[in-house]
Amino acid sequence: MRLLALLLLLFSSVHSFAQDCNNTLNGTLLDIHDGSVLTGATIVVAQTGVGFQTDLDGNFTINFLCNSTYQLQVSHPSCSTKIFTVVIQDDTQKTFKLEHHLESLNEIIVNGKKTNRATKSIYENLVDQQTITTFSSGSLGDALNSISGVSSLNTGNTVVKPMINGLHSSRVLIINNGVQMQDQEWGAEHAPSIDINAVGSLKVIKGAGALQYGGNAIGGVIIASAPKVPLLDSLYGKTILSGSSNGLGGVVSSSLTKSYQNGLHASIQGSLKRYGDFNAPNYNLSNTGVFERNISAKIGFNRIDYGVEAYYSLFKNEIGILRASHIGGAEDQVQAILSPTPSIIEDFTYNIDAPRQEVTHHLARIKGFKDIENIGRISLQYDYQQNNRLEFDIRRGSNSGRASVDLVLDTQTLTIDVATDISEKLTAKFGVVGSLQTNYANPETGVRRLIPDYDKYSFAGFASGDYTINQKWVLEAGFRFDYTHMNVFKFYRRSFWEDRGYDNQFSNLVVEEYGNQLLVNPKLDFYNPSFTIGAKFSFGLYKLFTNYSLSSRAPNASEQFSEGLHHSASRIELGDLQFGSEIAHKVSVTLQQKGERFDFTIMPYSNSIDNFILIEPTGIRQTIRGNFQVWEYRQTQAQMYGLDLDASLSLSDNMRFVHQFSLVKGYDKTSNEPLISMPAASTLNSLVYTNPNFKNLSISVQSNYVFRQNEFPNTNFEVTILDTKQTIDISTPPAGYHLLHLNITAAINPDMQVGLYANNLLNTSYRNYLNRLRYYADDVGRNITLQLKYNY
Amino acid sequence: MKTLQLNSITNFKFQTMKTMKTMKTMKNISFYALLSIAMLGCSDDDTPEVVNEEELITTVILTLTPESGDQVVLTTVDLDGDGPDEPVTTVVGSFSENTQYQGAVRFLNETETPAEEITDEVVEEADEHQVFYTISEGLNIQTQYEDQDSQGNPLGVQITLSTGLASEGSLTVTLRHEPVKPNDGLDSAGGETDIATSFDVSIQ
Repeated sequence: MRLLALLLLLFSSVHSFAQDCNNTLNGTLLDIHDGSVLTGATIVVAQTGVGFQTDLDGNFTINFLCNSTYQLQVSHPSCSTKIFTVVIQDDTQKTFKLEHHLESLNEIIVNGKKTNRATKSIYENLVDQQTITTFSSGSLGDALNSISGVSSLNTGNTVVKPMINGLHSSRVLIINNGVQMQDQEWGAEHAPSIDINAVGSLKVIKGAGALQYGGNAIGGVIIASAPKVPLLDSLYGKTILSGSSNGLGGVVSSSLTKSYQNGLHASIQGSLKRYGDFNAPNYNLSNTGVFERNISAKIGFNRIDYGVEAYYSLFKNEIGILRASHIGGAEDQVQAILSPTPSIIEDFTYNIDAPRQEVTHHLARIKGFKDIENIGRISLQYDYQQNNRLEFDIRRGSNSGRASVDLVLDTQTLTIDVATDISEKLTAKFGVVGSLQTNYANPETGVRRLIPDYDKYSFAGFASGDYTINQKWVLEAGFRFDYTHMNVFKFYRRSFWEDRGYDNQFSNLVVEEYGNQLLVNPKLDFYNPSFTIGAKFSFGLYKLFTNYSLSSRAPNASEQFSEGLHHSASRIELGDLQFGSEIAHKVSVTLQQKGERFDFTIMPYSNSIDNFILIEPTGIRQTIRGNFQVWEYRQTQAQMYGLDLDASLSLSDNMRFVHQFSLVKGYDKTSNEPLISMPAASTLNSLVYTNPNFKNLSISVQSNYVFRQNEFPNTNFEVTILDTKQTIDISTPPAGYHLLHLNITAAINPDMQVGLYANNLLNTSYRNYLNRLRYYADDVGRNITLQLKYNY
Repeated sequence: MKTLQLNSITNFKFQTMKTMKTMKTMKNISFYALLSIAMLGCSDDDTPEVVNEEELITTVILTLTPESGDQVVLTTVDLDGDGPDEPVTTVVGSFSENTQYQGAVRFLNETETPAEEITDEVVEEADEHQVFYTISEGLNIQTQYEDQDSQGNPLGVQITLSTGLASEGSLTVTLRHEPVKPNDGLDSAGGETDIATSFDVSIQ
């Protein structure tokens, strides 16, 4: 068959001889899924029949080529052979991509079209399928934590909110299968509504350069994609089973895919996660169980030059929040902080009681693309999302068991974009995005709305392009403009409205008066331009990425409209109706070296943010329930800078040392104080032993040291409790800590993989500065997980 | 030498009538989709319903009645809950020396008309509540619980208050929801504070 193809190519090829035949083609062969290099592949030039091989870095060189069109037959031991057409004009450099490693499938499809990088001048961090599998029993946030510069803001150990270079919430966009997640991401205690087991690959862009996804990614973009489906007749799937010692629970996750050579494909995936109370080394963490159920399905028809695909996913999660963290005002806070153990420790249970969260997220997406000559690839995508968030507090009487927060966020988005190769060197992408979002706060809760009802309309247009000057230089630039209109209906407490002086400024916004509450109808418009420019320079073993991005973000509903007691933080939070947009200038530089034995990536950056919205304590409010600290949102000038470092040294054929270091510093330039909740410096060092010849055995010992955060604003406050003045220390960060982890994986047979993961092996007691429950309890202790993965 | 070059060859087919048709269809689809989004957006202008906080306790009234003589009534009112207005505390009357008072505390939500008697809920869920009375140093007052929950632990809606010699100080009423019961007092009780209000009182 291959021979026939080769012969056909030989006869059908067109070339002219009367030319300078002294060109060189430098090629790189990559795996389409994770960008890893494919070594030992054979490349045969059809016209000459001469063969070449890719080296350890997936590179190959073919000399003495004419200015002509060549066909290259590329084959790899575990891939089916594919033919690429290459136009040679001078020395040429190309990246070729093969679809590889579809688990046990040896039949692989090949795709010669574009690499799927979202930016070219910002280094992109990847988490591959294998690594994601090791986090199967955890969450998306846990998997992202394995990347340098990515940390998380936690509420206990089950609500893990990703943070990129110290920024989180609305400043980090999460793209799930091409759809920007709209899951009330503004809240610090809201984790992304994505099932880690549905994710095939994860990508993190630490900056705002990926403008097709949004111009407001001041922190960065996280892209989660489902596994790709091959273009061949097949039926395959996998099941992951895992059980953990901490939480006495586990995960079952299964997927099944049917595909046809004609491009038709259908997949279904589901997972179930159930844990009871987790344990700190010395006590049970009462009411910290989880019950998560997810299902997703995809059906599509994919050809080389056109395709359509429909995708639906349902994410449902019930999370218990540490019982001891549910407290009243300052009086309760003093006791909680002074007490070395949580005030409530009960026996282990699978029951999840109040306080708890229940999140349901539906995501439906339909998209299609078509390649059109002289235009390029036109894509159209429509998506609909519904996020329902219920929060149950400990309530009295007939209200117990009734949600205190019941918010439904509906979002629909339509995106049309065109990706075009203007010339061999210049590619461009442009498009428009329109979206409508409605937030509905159910009044049946009997609790004043945390987030008001609103309709939000947004329209955006973007254009970006990259120009390959030569083998060494690639330039990139992009521009985007977002328009947002918000129509808000908010009930203000009259006392707050007047206290803020809004009665003088905005009396025209008042629609109706109800006793001590006013219904107000603000209509807000935001205009947000964003811009990016960058370059990639390749020399020898090195690549240098440089990028400047200007991004701007309209304030979110929480920053604008918070007004009252935030139960889970036991403080009063006040937003500001008058906020303008945040504008960030981020400069990032990445130097990457890929050597034979030693690789490293070093990423320094600086992020300067005008009108940065932060929340800080401004006083104490006396209420009938006691004293509460008041935290008000404020805009200021912020400056952040830091460094992420990754290095890997191979000690022998089987042994590798991997190092990671992350550092971020953030300051409020107006008050000259450090920013609150900045991740402390941390380092991760692992020794990895792999033996492909013996059951594909891999053993890794990982040491994770998190330094103490030494720079923090003093937010302590004083209250008089029973005639004695007490200082409530809520700002001093906990001590640094060291955790040791052990991971062992092996293949019993080609289809069956076993994993043994021991987290916090030494059962160390510690508290994490970025865990919102650190005042009340230690973090989780030793957890041993046994995992079985079966491919079929 | 390894470079990620991003351009690759695109094998465009000849433009046919079919692709032109597709383009037209796509234009139509996008037009209608945008239109439908725009129309959906203009659908409702209903104003939302007001929420009156149901569990709010706006008012605490502690009435202390001696066998003979004048009542002492301690009241705290905070109509805007956790809003910026401070609670208003009033003390009517003063304690007499060496006297026993029968005390009864009431919790009300006065944002509703008629005011909701939250005391009933507290008594109904006596197991999950306890009212604590804390006396500042130097103030010669002692309190004693006069009511119990189903487990025989104190509740504190009904108390006896005994005064000693003339003195001044503060009396703090704290209502805890889901405290540890039994307990040795406020410090070890845990739970969530629903009410914490102090009164400056004197014994004359």
